[in-house]
Amino acid sequence: MSRTLVVVGNGMVSHRLVEAVRAEDVDGAWRVVVLAEESRPAYDRVGLSSYVGNWDASALELAGSSYDGDELVELRLGDPVARIDREAKVVTTEAGFEQAYDALVLATGSYPFVPPVPGRDLPGCFVYRTIEDLDAIRAAADHARSNRGRAAGAVIGGGLLGLEAAKALRDMGMSPHVIEMAPRLMPIQVDEGGGALLKRLVEDLDVTVHTGTSTSEIVEDRERLLAKLGNGTELDLDLIVFSAGIRPRDQLARDAGLDVGERGGVVVDDGCRTSDPAIYAVGEVAAVEGTCYGLVAPGYTMAEIVAAQLAAGNTAAAFPGADLSTKLKLLGVDVASFGDAHATTEGSLEVVVNDAVAGTYKKLVVSDDSTTLLGGILVGDASEYNTLRPMVGSELPGDPASIIAPAGGDGGGIGVDALPDEAQICSCNNVTKGQIKGAITEQGCDTVPKLKACTNAGTGCGSCVTMLPKLLTSCGVEVSKSLCEHFTQSRAELFEIIAATGITTFSELIAKHGSGSGCAICKPAVASILASIAPVIGADGHILSDDQAGLQDTNDRFLANMQRNGTYSVVPRVPGGEITPDKLIVLGEVAKEFGLYTKITGGQRIDLFGATVDQLPHIWKRLVDAGFESGHAYGKALRTVKSCVGSTWCRYGVQDSVGMAVALELRYRGLRSPHKLKSAVSGCARECAEARSKDFGIIATDKGWNLYVCGNGGMTPRHADLLASDVDDVTLIRLIDRFLMFYIRTADRLQRTASWLEELEGGLDHLRDVIVDDKLGICDELEAAMAAHVANYADEWKGVLDDPDKLARFTSFVNAPGTPDPTISFREEREQQVPVPLGIPAIAGAEGSS
Amino acid sequence: MTMTDARIWTAVCELARIPVAAGVAALLPGGEQVAVFRTTGDEVYAIGNIDPIGGAAVLSRGIVGDAGGQPVVASPLYKERFDLRTGECLDGDASVPTYPVRVTDGVVHVGSV
Repeated sequence: MSRTLVVVGNGMVSHRLVEAVRAEDVDGAWRVVVLAEESRPAYDRVGLSSYVGNWDASALELAGSSYDGDELVELRLGDPVARIDREAKVVTTEAGFEQAYDALVLATGSYPFVPPVPGRDLPGCFVYRTIEDLDAIRAAADHARSNRGRAAGAVIGGGLLGLEAAKALRDMGMSPHVIEMAPRLMPIQVDEGGGALLKRLVEDLDVTVHTGTSTSEIVEDRERLLAKLGNGTELDLDLIVFSAGIRPRDQLARDAGLDVGERGGVVVDDGCRTSDPAIYAVGEVAAVEGTCYGLVAPGYTMAEIVAAQLAAGNTAAAFPGADLSTKLKLLGVDVASFGDAHATTEGSLEVVVNDAVAGTYKKLVVSDDSTTLLGGILVGDASEYNTLRPMVGSELPGDPASIIAPAGGDGGGIGVDALPDEAQICSCNNVTKGQIKGAITEQGCDTVPKLKACTNAGTGCGSCVTMLPKLLTSCGVEVSKSLCEHFTQSRAELFEIIAATGITTFSELIAKHGSGSGCAICKPAVASILASIAPVIGADGHILSDDQAGLQDTNDRFLANMQRNGTYSVVPRVPGGEITPDKLIVLGEVAKEFGLYTKITGGQRIDLFGATVDQLPHIWKRLVDAGFESGHAYGKALRTVKSCVGSTWCRYGVQDSVGMAVALELRYRGLRSPHKLKSAVSGCARECAEARSKDFGIIATDKGWNLYVCGNGGMTPRHADLLASDVDDVTLIRLIDRFLMFYIRTADRLQRTASWLEELEGGLDHLRDVIVDDKLGICDELEAAMAAHVANYADEWKGVLDDPDKLARFTSFVNAPGTPDPTISFREEREQQVPVPLGIPAIAGAEGSS
Repeated sequence: MTMTDARIWTAVCELARIPVAAGVAALLPGGEQVAVFRTTGDEVYAIGNIDPIGGAAVLSRGIVGDAGGQPVVASPLYKERFDLRTGECLDGDASVPTYPVRVTDGVVHVGSV
C-alpha cells in the first residue's frame, strides 16, 4: 500500500525534496503529488538574472523537473492550494481539486516585500521574483524605448537582490538608480567600509546609488513615474522594481491553524516538523527554531532532512543550522561575507585592509586572542573566500593581517593544507574537507571529475572546484599531466611545443622532447595536433602522408570505421543532412553492389557496413565520382552538423537552419581535434535538432542566433551553455572559429568539450572572457589558424585515390592481394548481411603446426 | 635450437613494403594469417594476426610502439598491447602465436612453427 506525500509549491527546494524522496524511496512506498501555483516546472530562480539577454527560459530549467517517466510523481501546475483540512488530511486547490495526504510538505517559498509606499501599485511598478516578472519588466522597458528612445529605471532596495535587479536593468540597457534605506549597500552582508567601496565600484558601472533614504511617494507624471525620495531628490522614471526583501508565504499555514513565527514563517523543529506531525515545512517558508532562511542551500538541507525521515525512516535527521556565508559577483564586483562578519561576538577584534587604489576591502573578524577566525568581509576581490570561509572557527595559520595583505607582501594567503577536516569545502552540498580526503584516499578518486561524481562537491555553484585539485595534491595524488610513458608533457603542452617550434614529424618530436619509440596513446595524439595545425606549421596536410600514416589509429589509417569483425563502415559526408535524390540513389547502388549493410545514423547520414580493406578504395571511387567526400566519421574531427528543416519549410522556423548547418559543416569539415566534434542547428526555440546536446549548438532567434557550447549526449549528458545570444551570421562564425581553436589548443587527449569546460579554470566566465572579450589577446591567432584550415581543406579520400602509394596500403594480404580474409563471414538478418563472430582461435596456431 | 626440415619459409614482401613502425598482414600456405611488423629500429617480427580478445584478424592494423622499451602492437579493437617478441598480452590474460622471421636480400620471410 503506497502512501501519498503532497508537496505544496514547486520551487527549487520542492524539486530537491521530490528528487531526494524518489532517490531514497527504493521500494516506491510513497506516491508524490506536487501542487504548484506557477505554470512552469521548478526552475533555477537563483540564476534568474541570467535570463536577461538570452530571454531563454529553457536555460533555467532544472534537470528532471518535469518528472517525465516517473509514474510515482504527479505534478499539477498552475493551480495553487487554497486550503488544508488537517482533520481529514485533504488539501483543496483554487480550482477545487482535492487531494488526500499521509504527509504534507509546505514549500510555498516567499513573496517579495513591497514597502507601503503610496503609488506602489501604479503601472510601471514591478517585483523581481519570477520569469514572468522579468518578462513584464522587459516589456515596460521596450515600451519606454519605443516612445522615448531610452528607458529609465530604479530599484528600491540595495541588498543582494536589489543589486541583482539593478544588474538586470543594466543588462536591458538602462542606467539604473538604486535606493537603499540603510546607510550602505548590502547592509546585511557588509560593513560601512566595505559598503563604501561597493558603492564606489557600483557607481563606476553607471549605477546611481542613493543610500540612507527611502522612497516617500510614487506618482504618475505624463505617462511616466515620478519617485520622490525622503531626502528631497525626485527621479523621472519609466519603471520601478521593488526588491526590498522577501517574506515567507505562510498564509496557508495560518489559515490551517499551524503555529507561525512572530516575524512570519511556519514554525518547525530541527526535523522541519510543524505543530501538526503530518505536516512539514521546508525552504523560505519554514522558520527553523524561529529563523527563516532566504538562501537555497539551507532549503536544500531541509528538503533532504524531510526526505530522510519520510523515505529512509531516519527520524533523527536534524537541521544542523545554516552557513549564511555568501560570495557573489554583483554587477561584476566580488562581494563575500562569511561567519560573524559584523563582529558581534564578545571581545572579537577586526583586522581591516582597505586598499582604495586597488579597489579592494578585506576584513577578518578574529577572537579576542586573535588566534581563531570568526568571520570576514571581502569586497572587490573575493579570491580568498574559498580558503577563509572553511576556516571559520579554526585556529588561524598565522598573523591575520598577513593573510589578507596585498599580494607582494610577505606570506599573503593561506593554503588548503591549513584547513581542518571539518571545514566545509562545498557549501551548496555540504561537503567537508574530510569527506573529500576520504574519497581520495579510500575510494581512489584521483581526478577532479571523479571527486565531483563521488562527493557531489563542486556540482552546485561550482565556486569550490578550484579547491579540488589542491586537495588532490595535498593528499599526495600526483595530478599527472603526462600524456604517456613517452612524453611527460600534456597534450596542450605538446601543442604549444609543435606550434612554437614548427616540428612537423613525430620522430623529431619524440627525439627532442620525449623518449622511446611511442605508443598507441601518443602517436595518434601527436598526429591529431599535426593535422589540426598542418597549414600553420607547414606539415603535409594529408593524414596518410608517409610521416603520419603509421601514427594513426586504424580508423584514420584506413579512413573508415573498424567494426567488431575487422571490416569497416563507410560514411560519406551529407552536410546538414540535406541530400538530393540522385545522391541517395548512388548510396543505395553502392551498398547493393558491394553487399553492404545499410543504416541511417543519428547524425543524419548513411552508414554502409561490412567493407573489407580491399573494397574501401573501390567503394570510394564510386562515391567520389558521384560527388561525395569523406564524412570523417572515423576521425577525432568534426562529424556532422545536424539540422532541422528550418524556416524554408517549417511553419515555425525563424532562420534557415539547414543553410547554416551546411555552411558550418563545410567550414569545419576535416578539422582534427582532441576528440570528435558534433554540432547542430535548430531553426527555432523548439530545438528539433537537439543542438544543446552538442559540442557547439546553434538555435535560431528572431534576431539572429544563440550559440551554445560544450554540450554532450552519450554517457554523461550535459546541456550546452549559452555563450552568446542574438548574434548575426558573421559574429556566430567568428565565435565558433575561436571556440574550436581554443579547445583544440588547450584540451587533453580524448577530452570532449563538456569535460574540458568542467575542468577549465574559471569555467564559462573564463571561456567567455577569452572567446568573446578576447582578454588573452589570442583571438586573432585563433581566427587565423581556422582560416588556414578552411583554405587548405582537401578531401582525404580523393587524396588517397589520386596517390598510388597511399592506395597500395589498402591491401588485406601483402603477399596475396585481392584474396578475401578467410576469417570474415556474414549471415543474413532482416534482409541484410551481418557479421558472424569468429570462433576463437582454432585457426591460429593449431593448423599451422600440423 | 635446431632447424627442422619441416619449417617452411614463406616470402611475404620486400622489407621496404612495410612502413617503419607499422605492420602488414600475410597469408601462410596453411591458411594462417600473420601480422608482420617493422619497428622504428628496423627489427622485424611476426605474430598471429587474430586478436584473441576482440576475435578478429586485425593485429597487423594496430599501432606499433614500445612499452618500457619492449616492442608492442596495440590491437585496433580494444587497445590491448601484445609483446612482439613473445606474443604475450600486456593488458590481459591472452597471447598470440609468434613466428620466426628472416630478411634475405631485402625480402621478408616468415617461417612456420
